[in-house]
Amino acid sequence: MDQLGFNLKSFAECTADLVILLVALCRMFVVVEMVDTVRIPPWNFHRQLNDAIAEELNKKLANKVVYNVGLCICLYDITKLEDSYIFPGDGASHTKVHFRYVVFHPFLEEILVGKIKYCSQEGVHVSLGFFDDILIPPESLQQPAKFDEAEQVWVWEYETDEGAHDLYMDQGEEIRFRVVDELFLDTSPTGPKTEQEAPPSSTTPAAAADDSTQKKETPYTLLGSISEPGLGLLSWWNS
Amino acid sequence: MWHHYNVLTVKASRNGGKCSVQRRDANAAMLSNYEVYQLLMELKEKRKESVKNKHSTGQQNLNTIMYETLKYLSKMPCIHQSPETVKEFLSAMLPHKLTKAEKLQLLNHRPQTAVEIQLMVEESEERLTEEQIDELIQKVTDILPGDPQQEGSSSADAEMDASTDQC
Repeated sequence: MDQLGFNLKSFAECTADLVILLVALCRMFVVVEMVDTVRIPPWNFHRQLNDAIAEELNKKLANKVVYNVGLCICLYDITKLEDSYIFPGDGASHTKVHFRYVVFHPFLEEILVGKIKYCSQEGVHVSLGFFDDILIPPESLQQPAKFDEAEQVWVWEYETDEGAHDLYMDQGEEIRFRVVDELFLDTSPTGPKTEQEAPPSSTTPAAAADDSTQKKETPYTLLGSISEPGLGLLSWWNS
Repeated sequence: MWHHYNVLTVKASRNGGKCSVQRRDANAAMLSNYEVYQLLMELKEKRKESVKNKHSTGQQNLNTIMYETLKYLSKMPCIHQSPETVKEFLSAMLPHKLTKAEKLQLLNHRPQTAVEIQLMVEESEERLTEEQIDELIQKVTDILPGDPQQEGSSSADAEMDASTDQC
């Protein structure tokens, strides 16, 4: 209630005050300007405000995907600090901070190099180490391609004058691909009615046939393509 | 082909809900792999000094993403770059009339073959002749430093030749 004469902000509002001012889509790594209210508890008042704020922001955003922005890496800098307020009932200070964050958000058509994580019926799964959800669907592989069920690998049936030469896309191989699409999914918590009743299936690729019952929702997925000369395993093109 | 994102979401201010939509110059926000690598290395040094906080549960995410991203970037040619080489490279690229994104891809990947150049430069068959592509490869190889281990053997040979000349 408004006993002390100024607007009481609910704590939920404070923490949800993340506003994205600019999302530029031009690079593997981009700098995104954001505004947020950072809460510093009293036991951190002895620290330099900038350091305490930087730590809180990294705690909140590092290694997390922000919807429609990308995977946050680390704080770039703090551009503006507004006044710090203390609200009744909470001893902590709340400061509105304008800052810039380094975000992983490759642009469409960009060329990237990653490692093959595993193959499945859905395609080839590629990882960059810090980002794992990259998929190259079967139609975007070098054609003709077939899936070897026994070894669980995709194979490029490269045709030369001497006949078909099978090129295997093995796990751990370095692969150059082009980003052709990106998918952002809002994975915020929803109500109880959307909870799944199916028992959790195993996460090995061999159980891929069962994934209609349990779909792992990744907040940020990239779709790639290797259907151009120069793309695919690095070993295919290095003489 | 190019997606441009506008500013989004509602800002909850003290005066009630307010919708703000702004769009700014996209070029200002590009970062090369070299810049990200430098930033992460500096952050790593700073965090080494404050050993106390590093391992608390809240910091685990930052530790993970820093470690993995540095591991990924360490395998790229960007780690051998410096602000001077980047400047030299960009001025050498001026006559070729490439877009900012194309120059940045060449800077990040250091292509050695014509096929790679064709992947990174849009419509390269129409914009670049074969000699120009070779010229680009030559400039990239000369100006941007590569892996010293791979090139150490060739430069050591050159040094040996020079020293034998002096003898």
